[in-house]
Amino acid sequence: MRQFVDQLIQNGYFAGAPKELVYAGAMIVAALVVLSVFVAPLAGVTSWLERRVWARMQSRVGPNRVGPQGILQWLADGIKNLLKEDIIPASADKFLFSLAPYVVFVGFLSAFVVIPFGRELIVADLNIGILYLLAVTSVVVVGILMAGWSSNNKWSLLGGMRSAAQIVSYEIPAGLAVLTIVFVAGTLSTQGIIKGQGWAPWDWFLFYNPFTFVAFFLYFTAALAEGNRTPFDIPEAESELVAGYVTEYSGMRFLFFFFAEWGNLYVIGAVATILFLGGWHIPAIPALADQPILKGGLQFAVFFVKAYFWVFVAMWVRATLPRVRVDQLMSLCWKYMVPLSFVCVVGTAAWMLIWPQGNRPVSMAMFLLGVVILAMFSKRVGYQIRHARPVLYLRPYI
Amino acid sequence: MEAVNGYVRNIFETVTTIFEGMAITFSHLMRRPMTVQYPDRIPKPVQETLPLRYRGILEVDMDICTGCLACERVCPITCITIGIDMNKETKQRSFSHFDIDICKCMYCGLCAEVCPTGSIRHSQEFEGASYNPAGLVRHFVAQPVGLYKPKKGGETDPTLAKKVEVGMKYLDEFATPEGAGGAGKEEG
Repeated sequence: MRQFVDQLIQNGYFAGAPKELVYAGAMIVAALVVLSVFVAPLAGVTSWLERRVWARMQSRVGPNRVGPQGILQWLADGIKNLLKEDIIPASADKFLFSLAPYVVFVGFLSAFVVIPFGRELIVADLNIGILYLLAVTSVVVVGILMAGWSSNNKWSLLGGMRSAAQIVSYEIPAGLAVLTIVFVAGTLSTQGIIKGQGWAPWDWFLFYNPFTFVAFFLYFTAALAEGNRTPFDIPEAESELVAGYVTEYSGMRFLFFFFAEWGNLYVIGAVATILFLGGWHIPAIPALADQPILKGGLQFAVFFVKAYFWVFVAMWVRATLPRVRVDQLMSLCWKYMVPLSFVCVVGTAAWMLIWPQGNRPVSMAMFLLGVVILAMFSKRVGYQIRHARPVLYLRPYI
Repeated sequence: MEAVNGYVRNIFETVTTIFEGMAITFSHLMRRPMTVQYPDRIPKPVQETLPLRYRGILEVDMDICTGCLACERVCPITCITIGIDMNKETKQRSFSHFDIDICKCMYCGLCAEVCPTGSIRHSQEFEGASYNPAGLVRHFVAQPVGLYKPKKGGETDPTLAKKVEVGMKYLDEFATPEGAGGAGKEEG
């Protein structure tokens, strides 16, 4: 990114303009492009896909009328929300009430700065990338608290307080799981962590040792809780709190919260891919060596598919598990996940002392364990299908 | 030791039950959805999937209606109103109106049972939505029509004969308390 702008300046574009101004302009253009070309359609399509996947898991059809198979449903919903009346309650704190959606939105969007799209494609490869990511995703809780407090509504306030308690608690296992990988990689930069892995599954940090394997599931669970996803969606539990902190919001402001929620799903998947699943690594194909655009596209595709698989898993978990109670949420975090994540950190530290270069046979064994778990899983799925004798319908569309 | 056992068992049970639950939901992803996409994306019209003796909105075949008013009298909620005028010169009687208020009708089927020719009967239609209540009153007489007079020895006009046959068939098969062929089995 920076080299590209430097090259443009050297070639005589923007003559006379201060260098800093050109950099700032380039950053704004890059942010707009990322927002409008990637994030907005991604969050929208995710909302549609989630409804479809969820529906199929409940033997329903889901939205399939707007556009082919309903793929334009998110546009229709967005336009509908834009046209709706924007209500600010009379007794609300008007300034904070209008500011809160943007804080949530900025908090989630800032994460895209360090999320790579490929080996060369990244907005900024910060040397504290993963730390920055943990920091900006926590800004979301400030926005949620703002929304909860400024609405002047007891449901909103309860939702905001629950969200704060939840995110503060689950930051710890998430941070410790990330720390495990930082130990192994020896760097905080997202690109550096990816470069420490390889294209093959046994080179991924997921299978590095048993502790990182556990850390992955701890990270994913904690990230779901931080993203207020079912089964941890107690801040907006509709059976208890109407809609939690978004109770008083309407129209576009309401949409901003959910835009952030669906976009956040991709961030969760992308971080899991960066830390544990080998990022954008593709096998070294000689034919691609002198075709940088094709290679970059392939790397992006690999990264995107890996990240989006975890978005799918989040939808799948949402269709499977019931919402946990507040006390269960806290006991799960403090009694189980925090001790386990400490075990992971200490275990990996000891592992690094004994085998500084990693232990290849153990990695292969962990990879085989993963394959065995997958095989067992497909066996259970097969059992469920045989057991119920349903009418199979394998086409994704209907 | 007990506490440690419970702790480990809790973790184990959480992992295994989530594993099993995810397998169940994934198997549902491969099943056919139960949804019937009424009204446009259905394999065949809903009318064809209705039961044989389904009591839909009433319809009247005015060509074989004798004007006996049996249906009007038997209707418990008087949703049927029939007007019959007599031409003083020709002594011919004719219907001025024959209205059924679908709003009131409770689909009891008494009118269809008492009709001597089977001209009033339940159709398979059920989509009665309308923008105002007046749209739910079905008018069966557009301009005055004469009454039907059954002829001794059977109907000779082929089109009317066909209609009478349809009406009698309906009476025999559907508009009897005991169902198909039930008219003879009625207990006194």
